[in-house]
Amino acid sequence: MAELLVWPALLAYSEAAVASAAEVRHPGVAGRLAIWGVRLGWLAQTALLVAQAAQADAFPWSTWAGALNLLSWLVVSVYLVWGCRASFRLLGLAVTPIAALLLAVAWAGGGTGAEGDHPGPLLAIHVALMLAGFAAFVLAAGLAGLYLWQERRLKRREPTLLRLRIPPLETLDRLESRTLYAGLVSLTLGILVGLASLAVDGGGLDTAMVVTVAAWIVYACYVLLRARGLRGRRAALYAVAALAAVLVVLPVTHFAG
Amino acid sequence: MRLVLVGTSHHRAPVELRERVALDRENAARAAAELAAGGAEAVVLSTCNRTEAYVAHEDESAAQAIAATLFSDPELAPALYRLRDEAAALHLFRVAAGLDSLVPGEGEILGQVRVAYESGAPGPVLDHLFRQALHAGKKVRTQTAIAESPASVSAAAAALAQSVFGDLAGRRILLVGAGKVSELAARNLRSRGADVAFVANRTPERAAELAARIGAEPLPFDRIRDELARADVVVASTSAPGLVIRAEDVPPRRGRPLLLVDLAVPRDLDPAIHELDGCFLYDIDDLEAVVAESLASRRGEAERAERIVAGEAGRWRDWQASLDVVPAIASLRARAEEIRRAELDRVSGRLSDEERRALESVTARMLDKLLHLPTVRMKQAAVTADGVVYADAVRHLFGLGEDQR
Repeated sequence: MAELLVWPALLAYSEAAVASAAEVRHPGVAGRLAIWGVRLGWLAQTALLVAQAAQADAFPWSTWAGALNLLSWLVVSVYLVWGCRASFRLLGLAVTPIAALLLAVAWAGGGTGAEGDHPGPLLAIHVALMLAGFAAFVLAAGLAGLYLWQERRLKRREPTLLRLRIPPLETLDRLESRTLYAGLVSLTLGILVGLASLAVDGGGLDTAMVVTVAAWIVYACYVLLRARGLRGRRAALYAVAALAAVLVVLPVTHFAG
Repeated sequence: MRLVLVGTSHHRAPVELRERVALDRENAARAAAELAAGGAEAVVLSTCNRTEAYVAHEDESAAQAIAATLFSDPELAPALYRLRDEAAALHLFRVAAGLDSLVPGEGEILGQVRVAYESGAPGPVLDHLFRQALHAGKKVRTQTAIAESPASVSAAAAALAQSVFGDLAGRRILLVGAGKVSELAARNLRSRGADVAFVANRTPERAAELAARIGAEPLPFDRIRDELARADVVVASTSAPGLVIRAEDVPPRRGRPLLLVDLAVPRDLDPAIHELDGCFLYDIDDLEAVVAESLASRRGEAERAERIVAGEAGRWRDWQASLDVVPAIASLRARAEEIRRAELDRVSGRLSDEERRALESVTARMLDKLLHLPTVRMKQAAVTADGVVYADAVRHLFGLGEDQR
């Protein structure tokens, strides 16, 4: 029964995605509709997660589909921290379609029900930390996308440049790096907890673990390059490319494995 | 009390006519005092685009005659407009909101309305009118985006700098050229929190003069290239015949953005700079396109602003209508209070202090409750055409005396 909450959440995220796109053409009302869509969707999805936790006799987000459900909620949660501000509303253009897509895939894969595995507490913490890390990477890539779009508008000298309320380039660059740092910290902790879990519960390395470590190396390289002066467009391209690589490689290796 | 407005503005009169009645602050104050000398209320609003006399008087034709004395030049007659009561109030609210300005939503007019009010000779009517006008002007600017977008090339340059850097505090601004255009751009950037670091000009004395005025340092012309590496914003507006800064003069930015604004014709900055990574070059045509778009969006916001000022004008109409019944209400309350006081005085000798206080309190409350509904009903009736009839009926029924009208 609780699974029915998927629909209002999906509907609200989809409405927010459409309204965010409309905001680009007609700033004002569409932006407010978008942020209300995100808020309502987030409330519905929160209720869904609570219901899942209450009904399940196991950890409902340890499957890949369940993890996507939790990941989309985390992405929207982090977005809501900034998205309520008028200047960050257009970030919804990147975030809401991803959230809707993740939730739809999670539902199709059975990740919105009450079924789950029985992992130990360490593994549950590991999953939560890993997902928080990837949610931050999604947000960082969204911010990077917004940076690239705004930079392109500046380069094209669009007369409508000042009509849309978009955060300044430097703010986007700074937030992108900070979000990515936070994601890397969470991912690092997640990997450490995962290793501890392996030591306690037993088990060996699999392909997904190797890919996760590879993703960690990619993001750690971002931090190193940033310390050596990587900024602006190149940093934004890096953040988007890194996420694209993770989004392609992780599912492939998961299902191949 | 009737409100009358007589005036002329850029909509009706060319500058040759407007300048004949343009007044500075002192003269506008003197004119208002002279108009008010016969017992009227008067405020004179005079800016580069308009001169208007607002007069409130018991008699409308007298108010018209008083206001018209400011515009005695017969050549002005066809360019004058005459408005009264709600229409006059609506006009002032539109003026204060910037809706009657050349650039919709421009901010300077609100300050000019305030100055006119403060230096005028307002009484209760004009006091209420101008306070409400200032309120309407602020409300329009806070509830719509009419004043957010830039309306001039230099304001557009400053807004662009904000869209790249956000907070401009601590940013290094380099001005190349020390003319009026540079100064205007510098002032716009400073009004948004920027500190202008350097002023470079071929004539060092002029660079030093402008630098002193805006709190910057003069920079020798041949050191511009050195400072480009550290600058965040460059504004160029020299009268040099050729390029002052070429693409090869700009060092690699390593991801740090550089906004370059070329306000000069012929251009000072090499267009190829725009192709460099992290560099954004805007010339005068680009900025004018941004301003044109911005003015179009201001006109869109003006529709919302019109609704706000129309609402304020409606409130003004209700308030003005209530003036017809306020004297009657005041007389009625005064008469009731007089009777209450007399009756209390008659019996107070036979009462203890405590009993007298209780009686005072009870009778005051009774009076308030009895008069509350008639007061509300009279104010409601005042908004329609019945206000005067109700006021006359109350005066007649309670014998309030014709002298109080």
